[in-house]
Amino acid sequence: MPVSILKQREYLIASIQSALTDTEVLELRDALLAEVAKHRARGVIVDVAALDVIDSFVSRSLSTVARTNRLRGAKTVVVGIRPDVAVAMSQFGLRLDAVHTALDLEAGLELLDS
Amino acid sequence: MHIASDADTVVARQKGREAALLIGLSRTEATFVATAISEIARNITIHAGHGEVVIREVTEDGRRGMVVVARDEGPGIRDVAAVLRQEYSSDAGLGIGLWGARRLMDEIEVSSAPGMGTTVTMKKWRGIDEVGLLLHE
Amino acid sequence: MMQEVVPVVDGGVQGADVDPALLRELVAHLRQDRTPLREEWTRRITEAQLLSVMTPDEIFSEVTAVYDNYVDALETGSVEALEAYARNLSERIIPRGVETHEVLGVVLLLRDVLARSLFEKYQDDFGLMNRVLDAYEPAANRIAVTVGVSFVQERERVIRQQQLAIRELSTPVLKVRDQLLILPIIGALDTGRARQLTEQLLTGIRESRAKVVVIDITGVPAIDMAVANHLVQAVRASGLMGARVIITGLSADIAQTLVNLRVDLSMMQSVGDLQGGIEEAERQLSYAVTRTGDVSREPEA
Repeated sequence: MPVSILKQREYLIASIQSALTDTEVLELRDALLAEVAKHRARGVIVDVAALDVIDSFVSRSLSTVARTNRLRGAKTVVVGIRPDVAVAMSQFGLRLDAVHTALDLEAGLELLDS
Repeated sequence: MHIASDADTVVARQKGREAALLIGLSRTEATFVATAISEIARNITIHAGHGEVVIREVTEDGRRGMVVVARDEGPGIRDVAAVLRQEYSSDAGLGIGLWGARRLMDEIEVSSAPGMGTTVTMKKWRGIDEVGLLLHE
Repeated sequence: MMQEVVPVVDGGVQGADVDPALLRELVAHLRQDRTPLREEWTRRITEAQLLSVMTPDEIFSEVTAVYDNYVDALETGSVEALEAYARNLSERIIPRGVETHEVLGVVLLLRDVLARSLFEKYQDDFGLMNRVLDAYEPAANRIAVTVGVSFVQERERVIRQQQLAIRELSTPVLKVRDQLLILPIIGALDTGRARQLTEQLLTGIRESRAKVVVIDITGVPAIDMAVANHLVQAVRASGLMGARVIITGLSADIAQTLVNLRVDLSMMQSVGDLQGGIEEAERQLSYAVTRTGDVSREPEA
């Protein structure tokens, strides 16, 4: 899976390296859910800057992660959505339930700290 | 392009983006096209197992644009109109892909019947220009 | 005059049923009478007061080039070279104010000049004349369309560029302070401008790392459904990039329109005027800063 998940303080940071297949999106979802439980993380950042498409499948998977994390008291922040991807998502009508968004990793960490 | 797995879907949407940029669509419009292809190709792998996606340039009434045709021989859709009409809900199955594609593309046409497979034809135009108007004066 | 409209991209100028021998004869005739036909064409252009911004010498030299390309296109069946020349020519004459009707007029005149010369040459053999004209007409039509369309497309490209430049000038994205952008929109919004605005806004958010954006629409007279949706889209997309949007200056009329159009306003925070919007933005930003400050005073885990 072209994703690395790192632990930093009480946060998990998942960086996606390249385009993901649906199978890889599901692997990422499951890995995040497992890691959050294991480390009792208080926050999760998913960096999607490498994704040139965020479609219904990715949105739904991110929302599932965020909703589950919320039940466990962890915040989920998606960072790095590209401008063209953001416009496509809003034109599509895709929503990221329970997800916080920030410009990039730095802004995401700031948001978790606040 | 043959579509039989989610890896094929990734290739198809990348090809779609490249084609869109070549034809002269903006970066954002190219992302619209890539996202629509992603949805439609997923419908093929999930509901029909395999099928194909064909991407072409079109010129029609003086307008330039691209057409994406997605074809499969899967179970088909009983009520196409109802699928296209449906409101967004995050757990909608087949419908969400077509629904999104309709919002992202300029034109979409779905022909399908139970047992007859499904063909989705979608078009995206480069900004409407004067040429089309001139030729139809 | 134009009986058929053909797609520009499908290449050849020769119809499937054109007799190649006739076409060869036609081309030979046009080559042989090149000088008088070019002169006649130039005379008719001047007489019709077309291309009035160009000098007679300029007209004659362009006419020669177009004529030769025209005959080549008839001969080879390929309009590519002619198309390239027409684009290049358009690029040169558009800035000088040559209009679409002039270019179309010039091309149609050539068609007419050549058709007359064919009449004259074949007037004694009516059957042959008809066959020559059958070979000539469709090819001439395609050539006329090719030149006309090349000009219009070039002109359209120039117009688009200018529109883009004007739009960029007309809606500045102002960075008021760190993390705060203001986008004062003045004048009527159409779909094109709204789209451009969204792109500028999102680029601005990324470049200045904005967390709050105030969009002031005091100067927008009216909004229709398409533009309203673009606005909603811009607000949503900004949110996905981590920036909140505050709309100010929403007039009672526009608010009423938005409600009537059932535009989903749940994403938008609206504040009365620009001043109030900036204050609200400052409040949100300082709130975030204070909170960050509180946390950083705690010992690191």
